[in-house]
Amino acid sequence: MSAPLLLVSGLTRRFGGLVAVDGVTLEVHPGEIVGLLGPNGSGKTTVLNLISGALKSDAGSVSLRGQALEKLPAFRIAREGVARTFQLVRVLGSMTCKENVIAGLAFGTKSRWGNEADAAALALLDRVGLGGRADVMTSELTYIDQKRLELARALAMQPELLLLDEWLAGLNPTELRDGIELVRSLRAEGRTILMVEHVMDAIRSLCDRCYVMNAGKKIAEGKPKDVLADPEVIRAYLGDADA
Amino acid sequence: MSARNVSIAVALAALVVALAFVPSVANGYQLSLAINIMNYTVLATAWTLFSGPTRYVSLATVAFFGIGAYTVAVLGEVLAWPLVLLVAFAIGFVLSLFVGLATLRLSGVYFVIFTFGLAELVRQLVTWYEVNVTRTLGRYVFVDITTEQIYWQLLALAVVVFLSGWLIQRSKLGLALRVIGDDEAVARHVGINTTLAKVVLFAFSASFMTLAGAVMAPRWTYIDPAIAFNPVVSFQVLIMALLGGVQRLYGPVFGVIPLVMLFEVLLAKFPNHFSIMVGIAFLLIVYAIPRGIVGLIEGAQLSLFRMKGAKA
Amino acid sequence: MFTEPLLSGITLGGIYALIAMGLTLQYGVARIMNLSYGESLVAAAFAALWLFTSVSVNPLIGLFVIVPAAGLTNWLIYRILLVPLVKRAPSRDALEVDSILATFGLLFIAQGVMLAIFGGNYFSYDFLSIPVKILGATISASRLLALGFAVVIGLALYLGLTRTRAGTAIRAVAVDPVSAQLVAIDVRATAAFAYALGGALVAAGGVLVSMFLTFNANLGVVFTMKALIVVIMGGVGNLLGCLVAGLILGLTETFVATYVDPGLTLAATYIIFILVLLLRPQGLFGTRRS
Repeated sequence: MSAPLLLVSGLTRRFGGLVAVDGVTLEVHPGEIVGLLGPNGSGKTTVLNLISGALKSDAGSVSLRGQALEKLPAFRIAREGVARTFQLVRVLGSMTCKENVIAGLAFGTKSRWGNEADAAALALLDRVGLGGRADVMTSELTYIDQKRLELARALAMQPELLLLDEWLAGLNPTELRDGIELVRSLRAEGRTILMVEHVMDAIRSLCDRCYVMNAGKKIAEGKPKDVLADPEVIRAYLGDADA
Repeated sequence: MSARNVSIAVALAALVVALAFVPSVANGYQLSLAINIMNYTVLATAWTLFSGPTRYVSLATVAFFGIGAYTVAVLGEVLAWPLVLLVAFAIGFVLSLFVGLATLRLSGVYFVIFTFGLAELVRQLVTWYEVNVTRTLGRYVFVDITTEQIYWQLLALAVVVFLSGWLIQRSKLGLALRVIGDDEAVARHVGINTTLAKVVLFAFSASFMTLAGAVMAPRWTYIDPAIAFNPVVSFQVLIMALLGGVQRLYGPVFGVIPLVMLFEVLLAKFPNHFSIMVGIAFLLIVYAIPRGIVGLIEGAQLSLFRMKGAKA
Repeated sequence: MFTEPLLSGITLGGIYALIAMGLTLQYGVARIMNLSYGESLVAAAFAALWLFTSVSVNPLIGLFVIVPAAGLTNWLIYRILLVPLVKRAPSRDALEVDSILATFGLLFIAQGVMLAIFGGNYFSYDFLSIPVKILGATISASRLLALGFAVVIGLALYLGLTRTRAGTAIRAVAVDPVSAQLVAIDVRATAAFAYALGGALVAAGGVLVSMFLTFNANLGVVFTMKALIVVIMGGVGNLLGCLVAGLILGLTETFVATYVDPGLTLAATYIIFILVLLLRPQGLFGTRRS
């Protein structure tokens, strides 16, 4: 196997007395889609926040292509090539769809601006299925369309690693099918993705490998079908059978 | 540029030219009123340049304004006038960089608190320096600048402030600030150095205020720290900006013109109760028109637009 | 020579701690960043002065009139002026900005009223300025008495907040207003009470300050600033933090005034503030917020 793109090792973060993330180690290789699973409150989103720099870790390391990220501020991590979406969708409310995507294009190392950014923004809106909506205010979008827009903004940064935080949650069956197709099409482009997800269908059909967390610790890793059959994982999700 | 933009640009240029002729038609009282309006236009617009998009309330306007005035009192006779202005600008820039770097990494409330006490701190430091080092409190301002020249300089400064504001809005910095104003977490995650963007903008805003103080200094023949660092100035600038509306760069002008007139009357009629009156006026604005006059106009336009849309 | 500034510093620091406790209640519980806070202090000082010089009421008796009156006034301010802002604010940040603006307006009104009545001159009155010798140092009895009262009031507040039902409700609202609602706490009434209590504390501080410091109508801003710095240094909502930070500030100021220059005390305050911002913005006893 190739050298990992993302290497996380011994990552730890406490909130007061609670250890939200406890010595988590994982890796993501170029071109892979890796799932991060676990029951609510198991620390998955905190792991993404620690990777993207939204939170600072108490211990452990995060590296991208061997470059240490854990000490960098979030904007530097973004410029190093990590883009993300948020668990509760975050679009820029006072702007149009096009401006939202330009916000992803304009800053960072592969910055684009002016006519070039306009053209790229329109192409990206097309790419996520928002063609023709460039001048619509984001506040007028439906939930799924806001999620699409957030994805377009993340893709605009041409990230080497894309972090999706429950990007498929809260969609109805038709939207979910479209969403899964969209993520799959990203794989075809050779994107590398680490996704926190609860939707099992999506995990089975999209992920190459999975990690499962419970109470801040990593409890399993491997192919989706093996991991989901692991007794400890079942116990974490459903509780002890004889409890 | 579209035809509409060209005509707006021509109209604005004509307005500036027309304003430049005010001293030749105005009497002494009118000119001094015009100078006040121009001064507060510069201050309130510079305030809005930073506080509008970031929503960080700066209470330190008079700290920078007073530093500008004091620079003139100290250096006015020593250096050539353009150099005095340059030094004032530089001092304002360096001090605001320092304030920005100390506070703008953190949440907005630290910035507010820091700026809240800044004018008092600078006033006490200047007083201490004058009492202990130069041993004279208060200075005469001897520079060879006429009232007309003060007006023209303020007009030029206003043009510079508006032009910079316009250029910033069209630049990446302007977009960065809008993203920060909408959602700072998103801003960081799309690669914006949010601290740098805020600090740079604050430094420009504060340096313009310092320049305004320097240009205005010859209006007083005598200044001391209590005159130069009068906290009511910060307060008035804040009121004017909020009354006009801070969502648009031109918003504060709508607050400056009526309030300069109103304060003129209040100061003449109630010299001893001025700050009470200003305080009451301010509370009325905060409670009754939180989005300012521009907000009212845009709200009215929007509902008119919606009504038309509903009929169609 | 050294014990004298030490004792003065501790007295001043004790009073700062008391004043900051009131502000931390207003900001930490009622979520109002009150920029007119110092004006309450100066108003209480003027009230004590008036009671003492005009109707010759001892300021310690005056406390029992001024403090409840200040509490009531602050309760009314919260109910009438601030509740509309709380209601219209879409978020905590928006309320913070609105409350900063509204209380900034109040500051100028209160200051203007006091200037109109008392003018800009400095005032003081002669109450128990008998020298007392402690550990070889001389200190005025009024200072010691002020410190004693500050300790008693601070202790009473601490016990009230930790040992009573109302105190528990206040602490619950400080930690999480939404969850507090779920356990049947009337959040708005609790916030109003905390705001009033904060106003009462700062008035007590004002009466005590008036016993040994000269003051004028413009001094409110400086006291607000000091209280804010103590609250931030101690960690918002932390009473022990207020005590330690208050003492640090009081001692620093007194030593700077004694050994460096009395004109530089505010500069010393600011240097402390800058150090806190650069090194430990969450405060000495604060925990990192997620």
